This record gives sequence, structure tokens and C-alpha cells, in this order.
Amino acid sequence: MTAIVNEHIQPALPPPPVRRRWNGTRTTGWIALVAMVGMLAGLGLYLILAWDSELVAKYGPKYWKGLQITLGLVATSLVFGAAMSLPVAMARLSPNRAVGALAYCYVYLFRGTPLLAQVFLVYYGAGEFRPELQSAGLWLFFRDPWNCAVFAFALNTAAYQAEILRGAIQSVAKGQWEAAEALGLTRFQAFRKIILPQALIVALRPYGNEIILMLKGSAIVAIITVLDLMGETRRAYSRSFDFQTYLWAAVVYLLMVETIRNIWERLEKRLTRHLRRDG
Amino acid sequence: MDEVLALLSLSDTGWGDEIASGVGVTISLALATLPLGLLIGFLVALAKQSEEQTLRLAGNIYTTVFRGLPELLTLFLVYFGAQIGIRQLLLAMGSETTIEINSFLAGMVALGLVFSSFSSEVFLSAFRAIPRGQYEGGYAIGLSRFQTMRLIILPQLIRIALPGLSNLWMILLKDTALVSVIGLSDIIRQTGIAARVTKEAFLFFGVACLLYLVLAILSSVAIGAINHWAAKGDAPR
Repeated sequence: MTAIVNEHIQPALPPPPVRRRWNGTRTTGWIALVAMVGMLAGLGLYLILAWDSELVAKYGPKYWKGLQITLGLVATSLVFGAAMSLPVAMARLSPNRAVGALAYCYVYLFRGTPLLAQVFLVYYGAGEFRPELQSAGLWLFFRDPWNCAVFAFALNTAAYQAEILRGAIQSVAKGQWEAAEALGLTRFQAFRKIILPQALIVALRPYGNEIILMLKGSAIVAIITVLDLMGETRRAYSRSFDFQTYLWAAVVYLLMVETIRNIWERLEKRLTRHLRRDG
Repeated sequence: MDEVLALLSLSDTGWGDEIASGVGVTISLALATLPLGLLIGFLVALAKQSEEQTLRLAGNIYTTVFRGLPELLTLFLVYFGAQIGIRQLLLAMGSETTIEINSFLAGMVALGLVFSSFSSEVFLSAFRAIPRGQYEGGYAIGLSRFQTMRLIILPQLIRIALPGLSNLWMILLKDTALVSVIGLSDIIRQTGIAARVTKEAFLFFGVACLLYLVLAILSSVAIGAINHWAAKGDAPR
């Protein structure tokens, strides 16, 4: 049958390719692209031309150390923040109005003020309460700017993560709770086995954003004398007055953020593969 | 309590007046950055939703760079970069004068770059929420591309983008705190000076936090009013 059809009806030719003409948009596009790539290539070329092996030998290892401090700081704060965020999210969802209001105040306080102000409050504020902290045996902890930074960061990210978690838990349909109850699961079992796995998938993307926000935000610890990547960069610049110190830091931060973003995208694709309809 | 009030009074001995001027600087910096960030963000969003590949690519590079850099680093790059750039330019023209970059301007540019890269994403998703038929309808009744954009697309776009943009405004308000590092006398810097002089760090940084909270609350009131105004254009239900 198809053979006969093909013999008598010639298959239609594909349409001729549309000729793309030069117009205003295309010109603007090329100008914008050339400007953008040119600027980046210029900076890259500058970094290559200004390559100073003495400078690299002197500050390279320090940057590496600073990078480790940055990553350690971010990871520690995120883990402690995640641990603290669970009770806060629970409190936010609690039917008890007073508990909910308290948790709301905590979240509003930490999300409504700059991270820098919070870090200053902890770091410089702790110095003021030195006698009290010493008698409580906590001074050793608050004496170190790194600890103060982790303390402030963890409290801050706990507030953000609690909101992420709350939104995700609320996004799970009420029928899921009811179905679990009908099956005879306790509320805790239902939460752990039915609700949380579904909520975490919703929370995945905002969690990734929070990690990136924390990584970027961690640069401010340089101001309270922690020698993280940014701190090492500032020190290197103040000694060498060489602008490439800042450009190298920018390259490293960009690479880190893009790596996390890509890893997270793959993770999300993998974890949500059962929700996609196309193979 | 009286001591605290004395420390925060508006007189010569109190720090109230200095901190109040800091609040003024913070607000004016945020307000000055907003139109810059919105304008650049809108243009970048236009580029990213264009049919022209090169424009899309350029827009995406812009967003990737300024969304991925820490705000503090962007600030330093702009501040020191501009200083070095202008000095080189002056040297090339045979002048030896060094020029101090205005930290307000540097902060405005740096925060504007960050704000615009985020707002371009908000605008982009708002653009995608507007059906093609709206453009086609505009062209069909004889409006030019610019008129269609201004009279048909933009009013809808603003309404869709408003929640995202108000979020970004809150972030911008908090990010202005970073400008204290390059010497602009905003809330953080003024309270920091007061804290160092009076050795009352906890009090003054606590006041700084409270001031930011008040600004956030005032902003949400204003945003509520803007939302109300924008919702007037919605079809009655």
C-alpha cells in the first residue's frame, strides 16, 4: 500500500531554509556578544600576560588554604543550620499559636537583617560580655572569629532553611497525611516515610540556592579577620597592590558556584526521574 | 535605661544623629540602585528572550558572572577596578593625578550589577508567562513593536514580576550593608564607629539590626500598597 502511495504521490519537498537577514536585532546581538566575550577574554588575557610566578608561588598556597577555610565554614554552618532548621520548621507548623509566633519572630529577625550585621553583633557583641562568657566557660568559643562566624551563619541559614522546609512540607497534599493515617501509621511514621521524602524533592532546588547563597555570603567573614578565600585575597591585594589578586578570587568563586549549580542540577534530574513522563 | 537613651540621643554626646544620617545613606543608596538595576535587568531579560542567539548568549554570560560572584567581591572589583582603570587612563593621557572613586557610586554600580542579574531572571520568567497572542493581538491592531511592548506587555509584566522584584528589593536593602566596607557612612559603619568609641558593641549593632528590620517592615507596607495598585488592572472576579 505505502509503495503505491509513494509511487503516485511525490513526497513533499522540505521548505527552503529561511534566510536570516541582517537586521537591527542581529547587529545589536553581535555587538553585545563581542563586547561581553571581549571583556572576559581581555580579563583572561590580562591574567595570562600578568602571570607572575613569584606572586603565584607566594600567594597560591595561601589561596588554597583560604579556599579550604571557606568550604569548611560553609559546610559546618550548613550542617548545623540544617539541624536547627527542623525544630524551627516544626514550630512554624505547630497548631500552638504561641510557638508558631515565636518561630516566626526568629525567622523574620534573621531574614530581615543583613548577615553582616548579625556577624558583627555576635563577634563584637561577644567581646563586650567577656566576663560573663568566661565564667560560663564559653569565652574560648567566642574568642575565635571563625567560631563567631559559624555561630552567626548557622543561626542565619537555619532561619532560611526552616522556611524552605516549611514551604515544602506544606506543599505536600493533605490527602497524603490522611492516607497514612488510614493505613494506621503514627504521625511520626507518616512524616518520616510519606511526607518528608515528597517534601525534600520540592525543597531540593531552594536548598541548592541556599548553599550557593551561603558560599557567596561567606565572603564577609574576611571583614572580621577570618582568612578565608576572600580574606587571603584582601591580604594579598593590600601587600602587592596587584589587581589580579581579586580577579583570581573571582575566577575561583565563579568556578565553585557553577560547579555546585551543575552538580545540583544533575542531582535534581536524577532524584526526580520517576516524576518525568518522557523517557 | 537612661544611659542607653543618652547614648542614642540626637545631641552632640549621643549617637542618634550620626546613626540617623546612616539610615539616610542606606535608604538613598538602595533607592538609587533600584532604577539602575531594574533598567539593566529589563534589558538583559529582553536579550535573553530574544530570537537572536547571540543576544541570548550575551545575556546568559552576564547573568552567570554577576549571579555567581559574591556581592562583596563584586564591590571590590568595581571599586578597585575603576580606580586602577581611571588611573591607567589618566596616565595614558599624561596626567599624574590620582582620583578617589566615590564609594556611593561604586556601591551603586556594584549592587546594580548584582540586582540586575537577578532581576533579569524575574523579568524573563514574567515574559514567559505572557502568551504570544498578546504580542500578535498588538501587531494585529497596528501597534508598532515598541507600542506593543509599552502598552500591552509591560503592564502585564509588572504585575507578574512584582512578587519576585519585591523579594529582590529586600535583598538589596540588606546588601547595602556591604558598602560600609569601602567607607560609605551607612547604618553599619555609623553604628560600628559608635560601638568602637563607646565599647557598647552589642547595643549599637542591635540597633543596626532593628533599623534594618524597621526598613524591611516599611518596605513590605509600601510593597503592599504597590501590589494593591497593580492589582487594580486585574479583571474583576
